[in-house]
Amino acid sequence: MVLDFKEEKSVVKSININVKPSAEVAKKVVYDTRNLNLWYGDHHGLKDVNLSIYENEVTAIIGPSGCGKSTYLKTLNRMVELVPIVRTSGEILYRERNILDKNYTVEELRTRVGMVFQKPNPFPKSIYDNIAYGPRIHGIKNKKILDEIVEKSLRGAAIWDEVKDRLNQNAYGLSGGQQQRICIARCLAIEPDVILMDEPTSALDPISTLKVEELVQELKKDYSIVIVTHNMQQAARISDRTAFFLSGEVVEYDKTDVIFQTPADQRTEDYISGRFG
Amino acid sequence: MRYIDDTVVKKRMTKRITFNKVWKSLFFLATTFALVMLAILLYRIVTQGVGYLNIDFLTNFASRFADKAGIKAALIGSLWLMGVVAPVSIVLGVGTAIYLEEYAKKNRLNDFIRMNISNLAGVPSIVFGLLGLTIFVRMMELGKSILAAGLTMSLLILPVIIVAAQEAIRAVPNEQREASYGMGATKWQTILRVVLPAAIPGILTGSILALSRAIGETAPLVVIGIPVILQFLPNDLLSQFTALPMQIYDWAKRPQEAFQYVAAAGILVLMIVLLMMNSIAIFIRNKFQKRY
Amino acid sequence: MVVRERFEQELKEVQEQFVEIATNSINALKMSFEALLEQDLEKSLKIIEDDLYINRLEEEINDRVILMIAKQQPVATDLRRLMVLVKAASDMERVGDYAVNIAKETIRLGKEPLIFPTTNLQSMCNKTVEMLESIITAFREEDTVRAKEIAELDDYVDDLYGATVTLLLRAGAESPSHISQFTHLTFVCRHLERSADHATNIAEHLFYLIKGKHYELNN
Repeated sequence: MVLDFKEEKSVVKSININVKPSAEVAKKVVYDTRNLNLWYGDHHGLKDVNLSIYENEVTAIIGPSGCGKSTYLKTLNRMVELVPIVRTSGEILYRERNILDKNYTVEELRTRVGMVFQKPNPFPKSIYDNIAYGPRIHGIKNKKILDEIVEKSLRGAAIWDEVKDRLNQNAYGLSGGQQQRICIARCLAIEPDVILMDEPTSALDPISTLKVEELVQELKKDYSIVIVTHNMQQAARISDRTAFFLSGEVVEYDKTDVIFQTPADQRTEDYISGRFG
Repeated sequence: MRYIDDTVVKKRMTKRITFNKVWKSLFFLATTFALVMLAILLYRIVTQGVGYLNIDFLTNFASRFADKAGIKAALIGSLWLMGVVAPVSIVLGVGTAIYLEEYAKKNRLNDFIRMNISNLAGVPSIVFGLLGLTIFVRMMELGKSILAAGLTMSLLILPVIIVAAQEAIRAVPNEQREASYGMGATKWQTILRVVLPAAIPGILTGSILALSRAIGETAPLVVIGIPVILQFLPNDLLSQFTALPMQIYDWAKRPQEAFQYVAAAGILVLMIVLLMMNSIAIFIRNKFQKRY
Repeated sequence: MVVRERFEQELKEVQEQFVEIATNSINALKMSFEALLEQDLEKSLKIIEDDLYINRLEEEINDRVILMIAKQQPVATDLRRLMVLVKAASDMERVGDYAVNIAKETIRLGKEPLIFPTTNLQSMCNKTVEMLESIITAFREEDTVRAKEIAELDDYVDDLYGATVTLLLRAGAESPSHISQFTHLTFVCRHLERSADHATNIAEHLFYLIKGKHYELNN
């Protein structure tokens, strides 16, 4: 039996040491999801999702397979529309504009919101052309500017030193971990505001995984990052906030410290401590 | 308790291995049969035709005399024909494939169209010849010209090119498209910069093989009524012309024995052209093939 | 389907070891007090000897928990449960040390007859043992109500400690010739009181385990 401490404050004094009030102030909201519902045909994939994503934070989304976490991520840049039978309701405000609005052009959105995928997917082109792809489709032709963007992006993804002497080689010659960092660099080249990562390390070996995790910590200084991961330890290691999805619902969304120490919902606790099923 | 009984396994082992060998020999025989037949055919043609194969044969026009007969008009005519067929069929075929694979929504109508294109590839070439005769030669009054024959041939190989291009486009992994869309590229930019570069080896290989079929095809030309003996070269698309298979057909049906050898020499020329085209196809496939 | 069966099993084993270390320490405390009353030096020496086993048990709990954290990466309640087990085991080991200290006082007292009444000391010991025994049950059942009751008992022990020490000081002033006996008994008092504090500590750990927050139970 457990006591209800609401009535007993006078008897037992609680000292709350894990709340730092200063951290609460002045975090700007990047994405504000309000009552988002999503259907794949008849399947109700996301149910009344309400979630705010904050600037310069890493937000991790965890949950079992098929819980809707990837779907949610792909809704944030409307990649989910590539599946033709998808319907949505509710709104997602990105920088205070509803991206689900028909008048919002996806190309504009995706220029501000970059994405890194599960499997490293560089184009079968040279490293240079991979990075320059984004700037080129947005109309940059000047070789000098492209050179600068390529170097800046590769440095940003912490892979410049490894590839600077072979920019003209095919990106497929690199290792899986390097390819994934090339993909991150390619994403940085469009100078995004937000980076969405869909299980970016699930195809990588442990050392490459740690490198990407380090990189994410670096990147959050300049970008807001949303990362879907199957690896709970990874979410615990790198994120500031964690959302736990289950059957299309957000069961719990809180600071990562809280989720991994004292989750409020029993289902969250069961999932993070590996007792699901 | 084990379900696999070791003694039974041992007993059946010899039998199983024998069966394995028997089947292997059967398949080997099947392959050998085809190869032997091909070798006999090639041997006959080379021994018969090689004597007539020289520079004069390539530079002479057709003649009543086997010694003076040449293939110039037919060879040049076939090249003209390809000049029409290649751009028309590739542009239409790849365009259709892009539309069907990238733009068309998944619905019954489009599924129906996709299915029928595959079926069209199996329609006999003489039917296309009749279609060409009706539409291009008579209705559009193009006459027995390069253009009319070229358009007919294009129709004939279009389904093959569409199917090949569809396969090539479909083989480009979706992750590649997603990467491009994810950076804010439009559909057309994605097709132009990601899908087509990756699909082009497949498309070209398929197209060249289809063109090889067009260059060897006789039935539609016969139906359209292409002349056989021409003493001049075509000078525009509406000119009359003749083509390699027509010329070979004509020689082969002549009663004089000497013309059989001329026909064999013609076949050699045709086969060299075909081999060259196929080599180009293989070269392109190996050189540009992308691995993911 | 039970997921993490292995983890559950190992956890159960460590919890049993905690019960073992707790039972041993409490017995040591009880025996050390008996030895004091009976002035039994043999018994006291045995307590000192047996403490080695308690120390080893604590080290073992510590090592097993470290291994479990390294290999199974528990989070949330699982992780707190392990941390609290380590801390509680360390508290119990301290109780064992106090039993040793009392045994040492007994040896120092030797065969000198006790002239100071031991009633207060006896009730302090009884209360402390009661608290420690109760905490094992509270721990096993993860029962915060019981834990809070235990923490409240600490006030009683503290009061008794204050009163007894005053009495001992007064007695010392009255008959300075026995000052060493009173000093030794003062130390015994101190050790009993500290043992009760450790029971309270464990009660606090239990609150942390269940609530995930830190509580100060004896204000």
